Amino acid sequence: MLPECEGMSILIDEKTKVLIQGVTGHQGEFHTKAMLDFGTKVVAGVTPGKGGEKIHGVPVFETVKAAIEETGAETSGIFVPAPFVMDAAIEAMDAGVKTLVIITEHVPVQDAMKIVSLAERFGARIVGPNCPGLASPGKAKLGIIPNHIMKKGDVGVVSRSGTLTYEIVDSLTRAGIGQSTCVGIGGDRVSGTDFVDVLGMFQKDRQTKRIVIIGEIGGSAEEEAARYISDGVTKPVTAYIAGRSAPPGKRMGHAGAIISRGTGTAESKVNALKDAGVAIAETASDIVEIIERE
Amino acid sequence: MNLLEMEGKRLFMDYGIPVPEGVLSRGGPVSLPFGFPAVVKAQVPTGGRGRAGGVRIVRDMAELESAVREMIGMNIGGHAVTDLLIERKVESRKELYVSIAVDRSKRKPLIIASEVGGMDVESVPEDRIIRDWIDPWVGIQPFMLRRIILGLGLGKESSGQFRAIIQGVWRLFQDMDAELVEINPLIMTDGGRLIAADSKVVIDDDSLFRHEELRRSTGEMTSLEGMARDEGIAFVQLGGDIGVIANGAGLTMATLDLLTSGGGKGGAFLDLGGTDDPDKVKRAVLLMAKAKPKVVLLNIFGGITKCDTVASGLLQAYNEGDIDFPIVARIKGVNEDEAVAMLKGSKIKAALSLKEAVEAAVEIASGV
Repeated sequence: MLPECEGMSILIDEKTKVLIQGVTGHQGEFHTKAMLDFGTKVVAGVTPGKGGEKIHGVPVFETVKAAIEETGAETSGIFVPAPFVMDAAIEAMDAGVKTLVIITEHVPVQDAMKIVSLAERFGARIVGPNCPGLASPGKAKLGIIPNHIMKKGDVGVVSRSGTLTYEIVDSLTRAGIGQSTCVGIGGDRVSGTDFVDVLGMFQKDRQTKRIVIIGEIGGSAEEEAARYISDGVTKPVTAYIAGRSAPPGKRMGHAGAIISRGTGTAESKVNALKDAGVAIAETASDIVEIIERE
Repeated sequence: MNLLEMEGKRLFMDYGIPVPEGVLSRGGPVSLPFGFPAVVKAQVPTGGRGRAGGVRIVRDMAELESAVREMIGMNIGGHAVTDLLIERKVESRKELYVSIAVDRSKRKPLIIASEVGGMDVESVPEDRIIRDWIDPWVGIQPFMLRRIILGLGLGKESSGQFRAIIQGVWRLFQDMDAELVEINPLIMTDGGRLIAADSKVVIDDDSLFRHEELRRSTGEMTSLEGMARDEGIAFVQLGGDIGVIANGAGLTMATLDLLTSGGGKGGAFLDLGGTDDPDKVKRAVLLMAKAKPKVVLLNIFGGITKCDTVASGLLQAYNEGDIDFPIVARIKGVNEDEAVAMLKGSKIKAALSLKEAVEAAVEIASGV
């Protein structure tokens, strides 16, 4: 069993100083506003060529290094277009950022592998790419999860999906079940953070009392999560796996959602999680019922 | 994007990986710059073509001509054969296997080599497979090559060739943003030469912005899937008669799952993604119309994609296009009331729960 520690929510809270790379873009600007509204301490933005501007009162810098020197930002949200993500991520790590959340989708997988490999050497954590980001309701969020669907509480949510997560979080909130932190790990083949990493953090976090996993076909992250849960997650876990009816060999919207050479089926994931004692929701709406029954 | 064997082999030649002598044919008279026997291979982006009659050995010109005649136009796994690769048949002493692929769990390129090739690598006994992970910033170092060559027990005569082939595969993998470069089998001839008898190269779709030369709709997808890719819409053709549209890949999959467990058969999977453009919604519906569904099940959870944006796109599609199928919709989230009001009186049945929408779609499709 893993020890519990003092943590209250994971990865982000009301004290986290956030920097947004690509802050002047359409998405960057829109979501910076939503993050500020949610209570996030967005202290800086970075867009090369736009230094000196302000976005919703947030100062824009030319480089990450300058932004950190001026504001002490420690965590970065990356909203730049896919061709520029690798450069943005390396710039942030080089400047000392230790947590990077990459929202951008369609990042080439070889760029993702290079970013993740460098992160190991820099001792940095990457969340994403192609993810909705993080949110600790009542404290702060970094990413694009809609503000109004969340409520502070004790359920830790970790997911490979975006909209499906919103739907499930919304139904939890409507049922009066709040969340400690919602973590979107992303739907790509190579992700910086996987279920196992987040499960470890939720197990240690004092605010989190139970965990919801939203998985999907492709890869083996859910099977690895099942093994990890058997080995030492003591909090109750509920899981939903999307893609039970997906045909093999087809990418179902997400780059990572593909059954290839017989691996990555929903059946294999559901069975592995069941064997680890995880409650399986047959449909997304069953998650609420399962938690209410507990 | 799956490249055809002939496209992969063209890349192999650019990267110093030996391939058999060969010529291409799209039908019509053929002259071979090499002798018989030869192998005629259908160029389709799918596996299992050997079992489907897509590979034939021919011993003289008459056999070659009839093979070409019969194979052009053949259907293999839903792909019409338009191109044939005709190669000199290489006599092999031994068949090896080499590949570099993206390992999702280790988040690194994985090199796999075996002295047992020619079959699915999954069916090769584990103790006869060598695996090594490559740090993308470090690349393949000489010690890794020594380790692999030692493990395979390759003799002096072929170890130099093998080293060059692996380095070629790695450079190709990196330069072309491949997800997979596979040589199976890698043939060792009686004379000890190594030759790539087949090629399997899969290019990362997300890297196409830096590979203009590869931007095209490939035969790997049905043409509708190709059209969808050009529109930036995720679309997968399925076997059934009910179209499924939702916003977000996970939500679309979950909707398809619900439909299937409710007794419906998905005909097409369409993920709208996040959009604030009604025109994109309209184009998506018109694309769905080409798949000729009996009914469409629409599931929107509005956020970035607002419900009224979707409603306005749906109405535009009905006004402009020749759409003869009904849509049953579950619309929820940002601006849902506006959307439901807009859709009143149209052919779109909105404001249902997801369960009701699924039941309605199944009922319409079964013609009850």
